[in-house]
Amino acid sequence: MRVVLFSLISVALMTLDHRQKLVSPVRYTLSAVVYPIQYLVNLPFSIGNFLSEDLASRSRLLEENTRLRAQQLLDEARLQKLDSLETENIRLRNLLDSSFDIGDSVLIAELMRVDLDPYTHLIKIDKGTTNSVFVGQPVIDATGVMGQVDSVGPMSSTVRLITDPSSAIPVQVNRNGLRTIAMGTGDINKLQISYLPNNADIRKGDLLVTSGLGGRFPEGYPVARVTTVRHDRGEPFAVVWATPTAKLNRSREVLLIRTKRPARGIDGTFTSKEQTKASAAPAKP
Amino acid sequence: MNAVQHQGGWAIIASFIVAYMLTVLPMPNWAAMARPEWAALVLIYWTMALPDRVGVGIGWLTGLIQDALQSNVLGEHALAYALIAYLTLKLYQRIRVAPLWQQSLSVLVMLLLIRLIVLWVNGLLGHSVEGWRYWLPAVVGTLLWPWVFIVMRDIRRRFRVI
Repeated sequence: MRVVLFSLISVALMTLDHRQKLVSPVRYTLSAVVYPIQYLVNLPFSIGNFLSEDLASRSRLLEENTRLRAQQLLDEARLQKLDSLETENIRLRNLLDSSFDIGDSVLIAELMRVDLDPYTHLIKIDKGTTNSVFVGQPVIDATGVMGQVDSVGPMSSTVRLITDPSSAIPVQVNRNGLRTIAMGTGDINKLQISYLPNNADIRKGDLLVTSGLGGRFPEGYPVARVTTVRHDRGEPFAVVWATPTAKLNRSREVLLIRTKRPARGIDGTFTSKEQTKASAAPAKP
Repeated sequence: MNAVQHQGGWAIIASFIVAYMLTVLPMPNWAAMARPEWAALVLIYWTMALPDRVGVGIGWLTGLIQDALQSNVLGEHALAYALIAYLTLKLYQRIRVAPLWQQSLSVLVMLLLIRLIVLWVNGLLGHSVEGWRYWLPAVVGTLLWPWVFIVMRDIRRRFRVI
């Protein structure tokens, strides 16, 4: 019976896909197969985008230019301070004999305007293995961590947002370094902070940044801001909710961080400032 | 089988491509929640109309593409679509002659079956879904069935797909 045969193949495929990730070549090929469909659906939006940029009035462009210039000035001023802080940080860390990655090079990707399963928080971006995107690569936007690459195809890849129910990200409270895990809830602006004891020092308004534990996400990127902290007498853990700082459902451009896999040797030797700088140069899109 | 010369295969493929495009077309969230499974509707139609041509194998393949398109676990829609293609193959002689509203009822059962299988697979994988809204796509698909049927029948006659 063909139906039995095909059912068995499906079950085998699902098991392999879920348990072992053994079928990534299959997924890779299929991703290439469905790319034209997604490209076609995305096309009117990218044309609209292109036209609105191309036909924008001069005054609006000038206005935007002025605004961006002002923004850049502000950012550069901030960056100057950051430079000195960075140097100081490296010096201090050198004294402590510990290591720290500061510069990460990034790749800019654009969101594809296609809808995926509404019950998972996945987004599609227009960069794939041809741009050396890899599974597990951290994805951020201008304001915080968005998620990580879930599967890649030749021209596109899927990103699992941090609010997806199956996502968890190691974070620490920026104020005091308290480490914990932020888990997705399925709600686009809610993260659950789990396993914090009732007496943990965490307050409403605390910024959570990536802790770098787990090795997926580089340290120090903002993830979420705590919105509610509730201490329940009967419960062993505090109930803490946070809102992601990244504009998860509004960003159109995202940044893929190029983490260098083996960052440094086991002995913790420190990369010199020059080397860090070299890797900090952002990639041209 | 060989006596009949198959033709118009491209119309079948084109209708599936349109269905897939409707599947990923960006929509506001409330509409995306109720989005019917277009590929399933098209599959049911073609299986019913051309049972010796479209069947379990094509059903499985279209389901697999649906999975890849939506980045689901590979195989969940493939399993569901293969099963409804099988059901349609078993029942097409009864469904085909029934009035449209009765057809819709059979379609409702099949669409609910797809949702049930997908729910079951997702439950096993640990991302369970709650709420009545989960079943909404099946209901919307049923309501749309008469129009899908008429449009698809016109396409089949126009392009002489046999």
